Amino acid sequence: MAKQKTARKRRFSDHLLTLVFSVISAVYLFPLFVMVMNSFKRKAFISRAPFMLPRDSQMFAGLSNYRQGIERTDFLSSFGWSLVITLLSVGLILLCTSMCAWYISRVSNPATRLIYLAFIFSMVVPFQMVMFTLSKVANLLSLNTPWTIPIVYLGFGAGLAVFLFTGSMRSVPLAVEEAAMIDGCAPPSIFFHVVLPILQPVYVSTGILQAMWIWNDYLLPYLVLDMKRFKTIPIAVQYLKGGYGSVDMGAMMAILTLAILPIVLMYLFCQRYIVSGVMAGAVKG
Amino acid sequence: MEHAIKRYWPLFVLPTVLAFIVGFLLPFGMGLYLSFCRFTTVSDATFTGFENYIRAFSDPGSNFLHSMGYTALFALVSTVIINLVGLTLAVCLVRGIRGSNLFRTVFFMPNLIGGIVLGWLWQVILNGALMRYGKTLVTNEWYGFAGLLILMLWQQAGYMMIIYISGLNAIPEELTEAASIDGASGWQTFLRVKLPMLMPSITICTFLTLTGGFKLFDQNLALTNGAPSSRSELLALNIFNTFYGRSGWEGAGQAKAVVFALIVTGIALLQLRLTRTKEVQQ
Repeated sequence: MAKQKTARKRRFSDHLLTLVFSVISAVYLFPLFVMVMNSFKRKAFISRAPFMLPRDSQMFAGLSNYRQGIERTDFLSSFGWSLVITLLSVGLILLCTSMCAWYISRVSNPATRLIYLAFIFSMVVPFQMVMFTLSKVANLLSLNTPWTIPIVYLGFGAGLAVFLFTGSMRSVPLAVEEAAMIDGCAPPSIFFHVVLPILQPVYVSTGILQAMWIWNDYLLPYLVLDMKRFKTIPIAVQYLKGGYGSVDMGAMMAILTLAILPIVLMYLFCQRYIVSGVMAGAVKG
Repeated sequence: MEHAIKRYWPLFVLPTVLAFIVGFLLPFGMGLYLSFCRFTTVSDATFTGFENYIRAFSDPGSNFLHSMGYTALFALVSTVIINLVGLTLAVCLVRGIRGSNLFRTVFFMPNLIGGIVLGWLWQVILNGALMRYGKTLVTNEWYGFAGLLILMLWQQAGYMMIIYISGLNAIPEELTEAASIDGASGWQTFLRVKLPMLMPSITICTFLTLTGGFKLFDQNLALTNGAPSSRSELLALNIFNTFYGRSGWEGAGQAKAVVFALIVTGIALLQLRLTRTKEVQQ
């Protein structure tokens, strides 16, 4: 009897919790709703009545904010450059750092230990420490285009990637690699035919982690890229502010919506991978 | 095996190490050296000893000490609040109530949005809400502080929740069952059994939020850009503005950056030691 009562009580509290969380979720999504709504309002009404629906033709702006925002920021080319930089950098980082990590974890000597320590150290150092000198060095070596900036990302992002790869390489059984070697495989083909397939999940999670960083990164491309020719999405958003004077909030809301949309879509389709990637990055602490 | 691989170092190690030198080691070394020099570009540096450090700390216009205190306070407060909320969400959702998966999806999503985008988004929302009271985010630095706190809570609570959920799921059921057989209440079980078992997750989460709070830049730039008159500038933005906002102050900016790097590294080392002592206990 008493047990039944507590069970019923528990079921009731669970329902209550579902209700409470539904409300919290709605509150959580509210900022995104406000953003999308305002992107269809005339700009004068955005700062004056940000939470009001565009109910008449005086407030409703149609797609004009989107047209203006896309034109003013050259959004499409920013999107393209963001895509180029992210894809190239992630590809380069995955290939190079996984090879480096394999070497470091299979060859143990003072040099590899020192390199590993330097990588770990670089994970802790904040970007402001190197930003000025890095932008000068990158400029000097013409690493200031979307096609060459992946090298900068490889250098600055190597620490975390090498750390994640070496961590997982310890769990790869050495016996498999030794067997391949006895069968006459050279180290490069051992790496590409034995190690790489085993570590596929690590490639996915490391790749997602790096992609999120690079896609959203603002300061590094802002300082390194040739601003007159190339902008990424975060730079385009910040660029809408311009010099002095007020911001065109209509165009801003439209651009923010366009910037968030692909991320939300990606998230809904690959949620499992994204969460696993972010978790892998968390463990680095 | 080791011997056979060794010969291939130019293929396996060299590309990453070269990029690492260009992208990190060289700029780091140069930055360290330049913090003791007077310079406007890298090539015209002349050695001046600790002058930059003295300028960085003593100049009232550069706001460095205020920014340092403001940043430390922000990092501490945001760490406590984000982790409390994240842990609460995790404890509620791990019970498997209806809709748990949907709620997790919703709470985690903001974590994927970049800082610049977040800053502008919240600027509109918060200024819209404050308008009713005749205030804005830049009325004084504490409105910006609270705004940044809300923004970071929105962005990170779901992320911490995910880490805490996996920590809670890793606790063996026998332990909680044993506790309830011994007559422990739900609250006692949580405090005495689950919370100690959750220490590794708590360490990771506090580390992430604490260093994240110290390094915060994009959100700060887009939300208030330090207004009013640099009062809401976090350290990273303060350093950026010293470098690129005032000519002739590059040296002081670099000196600040070194101090900043020391602070962040110090926190990381402290955290590492704490983690190690925890590992010994288990």
